[in-house]
Amino acid sequence: METTIAGQTIALNNEGYLTDLNQWSREVATHIAKEEGIDLTDEHWPVIEYLQEQHRNEIPLTIRKVGKSGIVNIKEFYALFPGGPLKKASRISGIPKPASCI
Amino acid sequence: MNQDLDQKKDQKVKKMMLILSKATIDNVYACFILANGARMEGIEAEIFFTFFGLEAVQKKKLEHLHVATVGNPAMHIPTLLGGLPGMESFATNMMKKEMEKLDIPPVGEFIEILEASGAKLWACKLAMDMFHLERKDLVDEISDVITVGDFYQRAEGDNTHLLFI
Repeated sequence: METTIAGQTIALNNEGYLTDLNQWSREVATHIAKEEGIDLTDEHWPVIEYLQEQHRNEIPLTIRKVGKSGIVNIKEFYALFPGGPLKKASRISGIPKPASCI
Repeated sequence: MNQDLDQKKDQKVKKMMLILSKATIDNVYACFILANGARMEGIEAEIFFTFFGLEAVQKKKLEHLHVATVGNPAMHIPTLLGGLPGMESFATNMMKKEMEKLDIPPVGEFIEILEASGAKLWACKLAMDMFHLERKDLVDEISDVITVGDFYQRAEGDNTHLLFI
């Protein structure tokens, strides 16, 4: 599956997650966030950067880890990405859907 | 196509109402992981702690829950051995170590996570009376002590599921 965001062709899997983080940009994130019903603010970007960094270091993500990141606590994470924070935040960050149950 | 999607949306689970009646650590974790997993999917989650399930939310007891080594065929150890002193602690510690590796939090921290994620936690009034417990014996994350009728009322609405553990 492919889509065009800000004049750039982006490859997505069938669940709408980017298949190549290199194609990610802030414009792409803003566009996907809108699809998820989220307007990105200054508070979202540090979380997105943290998730991308964890992904690059091949660390599996859990809600608990995000809560201990020192960037957001769990309550704030749920408030920033309502209705499924880890999945939505991962999609907006251009990283794969988390396989974690916790 | 759009109609199909709309229909699918209507059928999605909206609320999970979990009833925890046991205090063996495997049951407690099953309940917590189901509730937390629901919140992670944007599904509402509430837990009703009743009977032995109340042990999981008692300040003095929650970090001392055990796995059952007797009468639990899945442990694959002879019942007589399972009953030896220290056996339950040993098996529980082994299990806790494995869980920590998977980033599964201890019971107390898990309760904090559930509260922060917006899950609602309730204590059963009848069981509280039966075990002579007071509100102050329970963790702060418990919203209130309610009756089973109150809990059922909270289950109102489409696509709500009740689960007894």
